[in-house]
Amino acid sequence: MVILILKRLGIGLVTVLAVSLIIFLGTKILPGDAAQIRLGQEATEANVAAFRARLGLDKSYPEQYVYWLADFVRGDMGTSLASDVPITKLIAERYENTVVVASLTAIIGVPISLALGILAAMFPGTLYDRVLTLISVSLVAAPEFFTATLLVLLFVFALNVGNAVVVGSIEGKGIVELILHFALPITTLCFVIASQLIRMSRAAVLNVMSSPYIEMAILKGVPRKRIILRHALLNAIGPIVNVVALNLAYLVTGVIVVEVYFGYPGLATLIVQGVQTRDYILIQGLGMIFCLTYVVLMLIADIAAFVSNPRLRHPK
Amino acid sequence: MARQQDEVVFETRDLKINALRDDGTELPIVKGVDFKVRRGEVVALIGESGSGKTTISLSSLGYCKPGLKFAGGEALLLGNNVTEMSTEDLRPYRGEKVAYLAQSAAATFNPSLRINEQVTEAPILHGTKTREEANAKALELYHALELPDPENIGDRFPHQVSGGQLQRLMAAMALCGEPDLLVLDEPTTALDVTTQIEVLKAFKQVIKEEGAAAIYVTHDLSVVAQIADHIVVLYNGEVKEAGPVDTIIHSSKHPYTQRLMAAIKPLPEAGQGEETKDANAKSPALEVRGIDAGYGKGSDGEPAAMILRDVSVSIDRGKTVGIIGESGCGKSTLARVFAGLLPPVRGDIFLDGDKMNGDLGSRPRQQLQKIQFVYQMADTALNPRQRIRDILGRPLEFYLGLTGKKKEQRLKQLLDMVELPYAFAGRYPHELSGGQKQRVNLARALAAEPEVVLCDEVTSALDTIVGANVIELLKSLRAETGVSFVFISHDLSTVASFADEIVVLYAGRVAEQGLTDKVLSAPNHPYTKLLMSSVPEARVGWLEETIGTKESSAGIGGGVTMTDTGCPFFNRCPLAIPGTCDVTSPPKRMPSEKHVIECHREISELT
Repeated sequence: MVILILKRLGIGLVTVLAVSLIIFLGTKILPGDAAQIRLGQEATEANVAAFRARLGLDKSYPEQYVYWLADFVRGDMGTSLASDVPITKLIAERYENTVVVASLTAIIGVPISLALGILAAMFPGTLYDRVLTLISVSLVAAPEFFTATLLVLLFVFALNVGNAVVVGSIEGKGIVELILHFALPITTLCFVIASQLIRMSRAAVLNVMSSPYIEMAILKGVPRKRIILRHALLNAIGPIVNVVALNLAYLVTGVIVVEVYFGYPGLATLIVQGVQTRDYILIQGLGMIFCLTYVVLMLIADIAAFVSNPRLRHPK
Repeated sequence: MARQQDEVVFETRDLKINALRDDGTELPIVKGVDFKVRRGEVVALIGESGSGKTTISLSSLGYCKPGLKFAGGEALLLGNNVTEMSTEDLRPYRGEKVAYLAQSAAATFNPSLRINEQVTEAPILHGTKTREEANAKALELYHALELPDPENIGDRFPHQVSGGQLQRLMAAMALCGEPDLLVLDEPTTALDVTTQIEVLKAFKQVIKEEGAAAIYVTHDLSVVAQIADHIVVLYNGEVKEAGPVDTIIHSSKHPYTQRLMAAIKPLPEAGQGEETKDANAKSPALEVRGIDAGYGKGSDGEPAAMILRDVSVSIDRGKTVGIIGESGCGKSTLARVFAGLLPPVRGDIFLDGDKMNGDLGSRPRQQLQKIQFVYQMADTALNPRQRIRDILGRPLEFYLGLTGKKKEQRLKQLLDMVELPYAFAGRYPHELSGGQKQRVNLARALAAEPEVVLCDEVTSALDTIVGANVIELLKSLRAETGVSFVFISHDLSTVASFADEIVVLYAGRVAEQGLTDKVLSAPNHPYTKLLMSSVPEARVGWLEETIGTKESSAGIGGGVTMTDTGCPFFNRCPLAIPGTCDVTSPPKRMPSEKHVIECHREISELT
């Protein structure tokens, strides 16, 4: 199993390298380079050339790539073209903000969704199952901004609770206060991830429920609760963990609409800013951070799936 | 509890079970069945698939497979009608009063739980035993079922024990709650003959010791003869004939039972297979020499798992070569080497005397055409989205360039050859029965007009009668077309009735090969002898006679293990010579022309 995990690690590393190459080349094929963007139209040739030399842009692409990657590994992602602040500092602040909301969403959303999904698998075809399926399918179909708007209309305008714009420091707040502070974005995000989690966990458990060893457990007179919790769930962990990891990655990297909607200073709003100001050094850094988040989460999911597989845990 | 000898443990009275169709209508599956099981008695339900035998046996647990429902009559377990109980009411009965053993133990054990937890689960849950009592009972059963390392086997996970062991562990799981009724659903069908003997023996003994009653579901009359007291013959959801085992086996009245008896394969014995001398001594159709092959990539270019070692087989034109051995002996691997699916690391392949590339991808189309493969599972080999016309039409176009009217004509001929009506051309595979699908599978191979057809366990998934019909078809096809067949099977009787030559594989090496008649008569390789003595005979008392012999104790000695040195059969062989057989590879001995035995013993010692 150690070999399998090491293999996975290797694949993850290759993925990161491949993505870094794509990000690097992607920013290179854009017209204009950092020096021109930074200094503007009026800069003289000499100034631009000097600035290029300072950024190392006069070197060949392979050299630039190697330097850029080496800097990244050391934690130096360069300086923002728009604001002269080190990218690392810029991202670190926002990353923390995003992770706070993502974690809160995960803490609330994942257990509830999984419980609902597994419960639906315990009683397939019942009214509960059908209503839940209907709701989760509708939630998948509804775009985030629509869900968010509905929530804001309902809570902020009709009931006058919660914040339509999430600003202010989170320093010194307890977890309950934090949840209240972020109530609306968290609820929106929960709805988004819940639909997929409910449907996938239901499908994973139902799939296991149709296997012969579950029929055997029924024929041994094992109560339904124990069949699900002891016999079925253990075998459904692998697929469920994968879906959870994918959704967590989404929470970190894919919440642009929700962050922008609530005006929340997270990573997503930062990338929007970066695009607007053509701050491509920032975009490069963010791209790498997103990629790393995905790879690390998928790695954790894979390892969890290996560990839950008795064939790998206890070889012959 | 006073266990009365004549007490009826289970009884069905006019039991009816229906299948629910998609459109809401019901189709009768079981049409009013009556039978009784008394304490200490084993009642066998026999019939082919679709006869309702499994459905009826499950009714004793008050259980219907999804899509089925009880439609009338009664199933009385210890006097209680279980067809009318709710799942919750049934729980105290299931696993406690009645226990079920399924066909595939590998699928029936939960892969994520340790064996002991699953074995002891029912009595602990039902509160009839404490954990300690259940563990003690389980240990007692592991001993009784002659499982290796009984103290620790329960701590393992299901994938860590062999198939035969798991099958016996399933018996332990069923017996741990000391049920009044055991339901055994084809518990030995998936096993090799050698393993089947030990499992049958263990079952029989344990049922006797525990004083339980049992329902034994099978399609194999030879197995029934060993274990049952009464036989109920089912066909199409109805009882055709019922009575004591002697009466049914030796003087059955109903024509259907007689057909079942007739479909029992003749025992493998000398004198089968014809020895024909071909005047035109042409080169063999297909030949492999000195093949080494295996899977995975190890160091120094050798496969990580070497399967075949030094295998040489030649298939003469128009002849059938049978390849036999237990599962894991490399039979299918050899077929894959023939077909080019697995390039060998050493050795050569010849087609019509010309050397051929070991890799499928670099063979010209003309060579591909001459070797065709027929897979075991017609279900998975035939594309479910293609009509029979397209499945058979593709090789006709690809290899022979036939189109339009000519193609249709040839299609008709092909269906005719495999005895299917032309109207089937427009059907999809799922509209055909298992036997019919296997015929289409054969026709697909023949459509390419090959020289050699590789048949990998083509009858193993079929019922006795259907399988026998497919063999008849293969015989007539061989006569009609002059095609050579490689026939792979773990079933010696089938091979013996069909093959001209037999290759006995053990752990990837040829143990014995030669003309069928020679291989099946002395002198024999000890492994061939074990295989021959393990084929059950359809008569009462065979099992007891066989268990005593030294050949069968060799079979119980262990499973197939691949070895790098010496003879791989060493650890199971009754004639093994320690210090020789486990150290050096056995020499090839030739008692007669074209008959090879690889053994350290002299030919005179092998009779």
